[in-house]
This record gives sequence, C-alpha cells and structure tokens, in this order.
Amino acid sequence: MQITVTVNGQPYTRDVEPRLLLVHFLRDHLALTGTHWGCDTSNCGACVVHLDATPVKSCTVLAVMCDGHEVTTVEGLERDGELDAVQKGFAECHGLQCGFCTPGMMLTARWLLDNDPDPDEGRIRETISGQLCRCTGYENIVRAVRWAAGHEAGRAAAGEGAREGTRT
Amino acid sequence: MQVPARFEYERAQSVSHALALLDRHGPESRVIAGGHSLLPMMKLRLARPEVLIDINDLAELSFLGVEGDELVVGALVRHAQLLADPTVGRFFPIFHDAERVIADPVVRNRGTVGGSLCQADPSEDLSAAFAAVRATAVIQGPDGEREVPIREFHRGPYETAVEPGELLTRLRVPLRPGAGSAYEKVERRVGDWPVAAAGAQLRLDGGVIAEAGIGLTAVGAEHFAAPGAEEYLTGRAPGEEAFAEAGRIAAEDCNPQADQRGPVAYKRHLAGELVRRVLTRAAGRAAGRAGDRQAGE
Repeated sequence: MQITVTVNGQPYTRDVEPRLLLVHFLRDHLALTGTHWGCDTSNCGACVVHLDATPVKSCTVLAVMCDGHEVTTVEGLERDGELDAVQKGFAECHGLQCGFCTPGMMLTARWLLDNDPDPDEGRIRETISGQLCRCTGYENIVRAVRWAAGHEAGRAAAGEGAREGTRT
Repeated sequence: MQVPARFEYERAQSVSHALALLDRHGPESRVIAGGHSLLPMMKLRLARPEVLIDINDLAELSFLGVEGDELVVGALVRHAQLLADPTVGRFFPIFHDAERVIADPVVRNRGTVGGSLCQADPSEDLSAAFAAVRATAVIQGPDGEREVPIREFHRGPYETAVEPGELLTRLRVPLRPGAGSAYEKVERRVGDWPVAAAGAQLRLDGGVIAEAGIGLTAVGAEHFAAPGAEEYLTGRAPGEEAFAEAGRIAAEDCNPQADQRGPVAYKRHLAGELVRRVLTRAAGRAAGRAGDRQAGE
C-alpha cells in the first residue's frame, strides 16, 4: 500500500507491504542507515527513532502505522550543518565506543532534554534503561547527556536561544 | 531477520468503524494498538492474523481522567500517559508504582493499557493492579456496550472476555476516598517480566480494614487476585501481623510454575513477601490520605 511519511522534515511516498517494519523502511527504502537494526525484539533500543516527537523502538512499529506521521532519525538531529548539543556531548565525552547503540541513545537523550533540560544522573539512567550499550559505556553516555544539558543551559543564558521550543 | 507473515492492514477512523472492520474481516482479524506484544508474537508466528485493524487514531479511546466517582482509563491510554498523570498518582499510586516497572520508558511510550489487558499474559503487571482496585472493563460490540468486572475479564492465559467482533474501550475504577494502594515487583533485570509481583488497595474505616483488594501476577493466581487473603483482612485492624498472615494465605492459594525465572518455592515465597510489603505500604498511604477525607474529598 502507498504511504507518505515525513522523515526529518521531508515527505517520502513509497509503496510498501503492510508487514514492513519502520526500521527497514528507513534503512532499506529511504537509505537512512543511521538507524541501527539490533535485536529485533524491542529489547536493545538500537533502532529508536522519534515518531511524532516521541522515541519509539522502530523494530516494533509498522511502517504503515506511520503513514501521515512524522519521524525523526539520527540524520535529522543536526540543523543547518551544526551538530545537535547531544551529538556534541557524545563527541566531547567519548560517549560512544563501537557506536552501535549511539543513534538510539542520542534520540532518547534529545527527547529527555526537550522535556527536562537539567536531568540528574538517575533520571538519565532511568530514561535510557531500555537501551543496551554492549560496550558498557554507560558512564560516558550519562556524561555526554549531562554535557549537552550544560551546553544548552549555557547557550540559553548567553541569549543564543535554547533548543527547546524548536522541537515540540 | 524477524518479519511477520503477510497480512492486510486497515486503519480504523472511529470505534464504530473499527467494529465494522472487525465484523467484515471476521475472527482472523486482530486489533493492533501499541503492537509491542502482538508484533513480536507475529514475528515468531505465535500469532498469524490475516488482517490487522489499527486503532491508534481513535482519540476517543485515549481519555484519562475522573468522571463522577470513577477514574476512567481509555483502552488506548499509553503506559507513559498513565505514569505521567498526577490525578492517577493521587488516587491510585498503585498504577504509578506498577508503570515504573513495566518494560522501559521507550516501550511505555507506545504500549497501551487496553493492549496489555487484552494480551492477557499470565505475567502482566496491569492485570494485577486493575484486579486489586476492582476495575470494570467496558467492552463494545455491534450490539452496544457491556461491562465486565475485571476479575471475570481474564478467562485464562491469553484469553479474555472480549469476543470476536468486540473491542475493549475503557476501564472504570471506583474512587475510594481515603484508600491507599501500592504495587511491587521482583524482576531479574530492568524491563523484564516479573518473577512475581503484587498490588494492594486498602480502605480503612474506624481503625479497621473496611475493604482489601489484592492483585498478584506471574504466580498462577486465579483472575490475578487473592480473595482468601482479602477476606481474612476485612474487618481486622491493619498491622504487621495481619499483613504477614494475609501474605501467607495469598502464597498458599496461588499456583506458581517453575521456569527460567525461578522454582515454585521461591515464587511462592515472593508472593507472600510482596503481598505483605504492598499491604504495609498501602496502609501507610491510606493513613496519609485520612486528612484528605476530612477535607471533604
């Protein structure tokens, strides 16, 4: 059946089988391979994307369910050639080792900061509790999210405009 | 790669449209909402519906709030929505306790209350929570609505009172002024199904327990409830001794099965201990709300 999904602000119309999962729609039909395909069982969280601004595990969502909806993937995090604060945080704090869990981690972190600009370590750990880093690099992932929160608070204080409000 | 077998997809525009689609496609059609139970089962061919009817657009099923003297929870309310709602937390902390330990935050964004109950997994947390507060399920079919007490809703593993052609639309939970409630679960790791879990609601009156509701999951308790322990508590003064005895009765009455989550004796021990703990916490919360009642709640 024909569906139109807006991905990273751009509408894509494709003919798909109803059984096609969102993760495969993104990777195989739109060539957006930044979304990683991991456990296939909604356990690992490597495939997390935003569906209507809310993180979901795209291995457990049908592409046809997204017809008429908006999806944001890791490719949609940067704006105007500038990395999102979360992406900068992962770079600054060595928040990735093998990188497999990173896109999902960053999208969940982005959502957390959109809703809670100053989360403490416990809140961050709870929010990413459905996502696995097999390198066990959680310490640095938490630091990266804290770094992003501090960076955005600093920019807001400097009057550059916080990221909040640009993504609702 | 895990992919479901082929099926047809329909998107319902309203409850009546969903019912018409169920009627048209017959017993091989299934309703899908969050899909976090059904899609994994379809990938494994444990379920193989010919038609999926997507109800995610039915905003009328997403209502969550107090109506009269009841809390109404629409079938399409997401776990995250139930957890975030302050009214739910005030009247039924049992639901917030339970939701904090159901799956993980990202799965909770998608999974729904109605889907969890209709999945009828014998280890489902919300089934025990709704059993503890004695909710009523509202089911809509071609001939209109009918109501089923939650303790008659589950007919066995993966089997409910929802007949082919019908749709669970909402849960109604009576508000019990001054009551306290709690839920606790033992799980092997974050987001896992429970090894065992228990929920309780207590209403106190004149220093004695006027009404006790106890829910149990993953331990083979019939209808996710512990009626023997409830009966024992009713009319008694709340206290450690009574709660421990209620736990002992509940543990004796349930029927856990040994599996990879543990042997029978361990699960039975957990059932008793968790019942004791949630009763203690529910009683504490009920005492904390006694002022509410005097304030005319």
